[in-house]
Amino acid sequence: MILDAKIPAGPLAEKWSKHKFNLKLVNPANKRKYNVIVVGTGLAGASAAASLAELGYNVTAFCFQDSPRRAHSIAAQGGINAAKNYRNDGDSVYRLFYDTIKGGDYRAREGNVYRLAEVSVNIIDQCVAQGVPFAREYGGLLDNRSFGGSQVSRTFYARGQTGQQLLLGAYSALNRQIHEGKVKMYTRTEMLDVVVADGKAQGIITRNLITGAIETHAGHAVLLATGGYGNVFYLSTNAMASNVTAAWRAHKRGAFFANPCYTQIHPTCIPVSGDHQSKLTLMSESLRNDGRVWAPKTPELAQKLRKGELKVTDLKEEDRDYFLERKYPSFGNLVPRDVASRNAKEAVDEGKGVGGSGVAVFLDFAESIARLGEDTVRAKYGNLFDMYMQITDENPYKVPMRIYPAVHYTMGGLWVDYNLSTNVPGLYCLGEANFSDHGANRLGASALMQGLADGYFVIPYTLGDYLATIGPKAIDTNNPAFAQTKKDVTDRIEKLLALRGTKTVDEYHRELGHIMWEYCGMARTEDGLTKAKGLIASLKADFWKNAIVLGENEEFNSSLEKAGRVADFIELGALMVEDALQRKESCGGHFRVESQTEEGEALRDDDNFAYVAAWEYKGEDVPEVLNKEPLVYENVKLTQRSYK
Amino acid sequence: MSDFKQTFNSSLGKKLIMALTGLFLCTFLIVHLGGNLLLFSKDGGFGFNVYANFLTHFPPVEVVAYLLYLSIIVHAVYALVLTIGNRKARPVKYASSNNSPASVSSKNMGLLGSILLVFIVIHMSDFWYKYKYTDTVAFKEYRTNLSSGITTVSDFTPTSKDFEHSVSTQGDEEVVRVKDIHTKVAASFGQLWYVIIYVIAMGALSFHLLHGFQSAFRTVGWIHRKYTPVIEFVGTWLFAVIIPLGFALMPLVYYFQSLSK
Amino acid sequence: MSTNGNMNLTLKVWRQKNAQSEGSMVTYKADGISPDMSFLEMLDVVNEDLIHKGDDPIHFDHDCREGICGMCSLYINGQPHGPKRAITTCQLHMRSFKDGETITIEPWRAAAFPVVKDLAVDRSAFDRIQQAGGYVSVNTGGVPDANEIAIPKVIADEAFNSATCIGCGACVAACKNASAMLFVSAKISQFALLPQGQPERYSRAQAMVAQMDEEGFGSCTNTGACEAECPKEISLTNIGRMNNDYLSAKLFRQEDVNRG
Repeated sequence: MILDAKIPAGPLAEKWSKHKFNLKLVNPANKRKYNVIVVGTGLAGASAAASLAELGYNVTAFCFQDSPRRAHSIAAQGGINAAKNYRNDGDSVYRLFYDTIKGGDYRAREGNVYRLAEVSVNIIDQCVAQGVPFAREYGGLLDNRSFGGSQVSRTFYARGQTGQQLLLGAYSALNRQIHEGKVKMYTRTEMLDVVVADGKAQGIITRNLITGAIETHAGHAVLLATGGYGNVFYLSTNAMASNVTAAWRAHKRGAFFANPCYTQIHPTCIPVSGDHQSKLTLMSESLRNDGRVWAPKTPELAQKLRKGELKVTDLKEEDRDYFLERKYPSFGNLVPRDVASRNAKEAVDEGKGVGGSGVAVFLDFAESIARLGEDTVRAKYGNLFDMYMQITDENPYKVPMRIYPAVHYTMGGLWVDYNLSTNVPGLYCLGEANFSDHGANRLGASALMQGLADGYFVIPYTLGDYLATIGPKAIDTNNPAFAQTKKDVTDRIEKLLALRGTKTVDEYHRELGHIMWEYCGMARTEDGLTKAKGLIASLKADFWKNAIVLGENEEFNSSLEKAGRVADFIELGALMVEDALQRKESCGGHFRVESQTEEGEALRDDDNFAYVAAWEYKGEDVPEVLNKEPLVYENVKLTQRSYK
Repeated sequence: MSDFKQTFNSSLGKKLIMALTGLFLCTFLIVHLGGNLLLFSKDGGFGFNVYANFLTHFPPVEVVAYLLYLSIIVHAVYALVLTIGNRKARPVKYASSNNSPASVSSKNMGLLGSILLVFIVIHMSDFWYKYKYTDTVAFKEYRTNLSSGITTVSDFTPTSKDFEHSVSTQGDEEVVRVKDIHTKVAASFGQLWYVIIYVIAMGALSFHLLHGFQSAFRTVGWIHRKYTPVIEFVGTWLFAVIIPLGFALMPLVYYFQSLSK
Repeated sequence: MSTNGNMNLTLKVWRQKNAQSEGSMVTYKADGISPDMSFLEMLDVVNEDLIHKGDDPIHFDHDCREGICGMCSLYINGQPHGPKRAITTCQLHMRSFKDGETITIEPWRAAAFPVVKDLAVDRSAFDRIQQAGGYVSVNTGGVPDANEIAIPKVIADEAFNSATCIGCGACVAACKNASAMLFVSAKISQFALLPQGQPERYSRAQAMVAQMDEEGFGSCTNTGACEAECPKEISLTNIGRMNNDYLSAKLFRQEDVNRG
């Protein structure tokens, strides 16, 4: 099946405005007759819920956290891109578009990405009007910085917590609509299934996490803004409860899952310190502006360091390998995330890893401190150094930091067309949960931009077109699909609660994480992926036999919550491996060892793989079917990335 | 009108009342200390007795005095109301003791205030009440020779029960007849237990004001990057050190004087 | 791997099945704890053990585990977020404790924060306070260019300092009166400082304070325990600023400050 992304025809710069004009409108008096369900209250969900309620629709919003403000968008540190060109340094909508397409290694849609760049400027205006305290210059105007290797300064930021400030802005807009009675908010409520009736998404089934009540909610449309699935790796920079369940349930009800193997591994994270580790902490990649990445020259030296026979500060200069500077003389330590990550992995694989676990490389500030002075370095990175010290109990002003890559963002997600609609009518997907704008690799400071673009400036237009088409007739909850879906949910819960085996759900999750990281992580091979396929299949079988799920449904039951999520992660893991297997090229965050240039860089195969892989669920234990959406490039020329 | 009602029923409104009555009482302390310094003058209680008489008989002062008594009552009642509310805000207590850093005085305003209230009752019933409503306080007659300025003192027994005070001139002498609260004060301050109560109360006053004075400004919303440190300085040195110390010195000095007699 | 730790600890933990039932302190042993573990990872280890034994794991709120979501909320040895300054519970590491120590872990205690289960409390009161007026009433679209509003850097920085609040509730937990003034004032201050917040400045202060009172928080005695325990070091100055705005709104402003 060839998928139609419904990209409007015409010149790139006119697509969105023409499309907006062509979309049907809902009569203002009719808007209140529609109910829209929004699942997830991060940047995409909160901004969509607020904007739709402002238009007059009735919105029902859900989050599993105790408050909408706690969605994981809150943890984004660096900033948000916008093509404002406030710096007069040559930025433009087209340049942001081009950088994003190129950064995504030519695996994103031109139309979507151009629209993203186009509305990026409105996002900043909107956020400032809401009272988001962006960093400013002494003249009172907004400050910008360059980010993620970009050659222009287009990143707006609020110290190290841009995500929290933007989310609080969207949350405040949402609060206003809750106060107005236009949004009904359900917290500590998890979506467990989508009701697809007569071929359209018409509601969801939720579980109240405190009482266990299974409830049905009907709506004319369902918007999923449920975030990424990085926790399939167990250890990631995601929040503990971030999960794929909502998207995965939708997938099993017919929505295609696109490019699941595209995962972003962030190079500058604090390494794992032991088996007890529950999550990984990211440190802004701005650290690479002044820090030098290195590993000991030989495995013998590395071993001496690990054993404590040699102190890192005593290691002679000629015994250190500044491998990024050596391999990429022009970009040095500032190569893109995927390149930096892969090289760190190589060093560790060669036995040159450091730290107690041997799974880390150094990020050294000694030279910067000597050149700039400790105070300047503290002013720039003080909070990051403090955070590092807090976690590791080591002083990075005195000894080099230890870093290692960690899973950070997932570019894949539910397949959506230009209108953010999945292939199931009435089911929409926004933000990190969808696949559309970042291709095979996301640029720094672009995640916040995409989440807010989808929620504030895309869905309010495109959803109206669908709603106008179906009309404001009340949803018939007597449709047997509602009762059937609810029964499916309760059956599954019962099945989970019947598991009284010997292994905890976390143990399964950790095991899944090991498999995914080993075989579907930074470097993937045919053999490894094939092996992983088998391992995941047996893990799944074992889970449904030997997992321990305690307690009952009618209580606040973290065991049960986790079990449902991990069961979905196991299935998703299998699909990621499948997707990674079929994509025999390397691109962006997906590195197939078999497909590399002579210099060891990712080698794309545009002739055979310039498509979106959209997977279709066909039933339990039946192989999923691959549908392809060809990627057409009318404006940019596909080139091989080089950072030498 | 409902705005006012709402305001003073709100947590912030109640705190405003606490702050304003508290600050008003602080201003009184300055006046009271100033007047009481007359206790240290060696004039046989002349100045102090005239001052006491003035306070109880000059109508505007009397009005202010009743405002003062009202302030004390309102301050105490609202403290009680707020404390009850605060208790209700945490119905289940922590098992571990609170280790959050906060000053001793700020954590014990209620206790310190209660000590002060008890003290005020003792203090007022002993002096103010006896002075005003009983005839247990004797009279003194001060004769001042207007040309030499020398004052002589003698006891005086009024003929009329209603006698309060008088000022007259006999020849070149000014005769002032007034209630002798000074002797009563000296007698009280000669008792050790009384002195101890005073010193404890002044200790409580010091800690109460150390927090209370600057806290009141915060409560009414007068915070300023430049002036708040000034307020904190005044609150500490004037209200928590000089004033309580000044008051505490009076019973101490009188007590030690009584020992040497 | 430095997995096998050498710390042995005794935990006294508040257990309570749900909001309706009575709770009590229960003692657990936590053995072989590594000083490199975070406090929550230590609890993870204890919980894994409990699950293996078939016992209900200790329930506690947590999510991002990097100190920003505001979900974690443990009262440890008499202090919200434990003994270290300016961090959340998830950033606390076991090296801050001594081998053999007894650690008491309780939920936030406040009438406005009822216990949901074990160590997790319901903080929806904070949401309701913000719903009462913690926003600038602008719709999506139709706003001026971001640089049309110039804001002095010092003011923007000050507003940012107030905006760093993560809504964890440590201020309420630390306050002897279970007062929410630091939280509410930080939210009010952010908008009161910025030009965007001026049109609704007084009605906002009025509405949010009214909601705060309705939720049953205690009142402020300016002890400063909240400021000392705040993981984001929100300043007590915010409280003064809020008092000013509220009292101005109620006593001096001529326009009607009561929000519809």
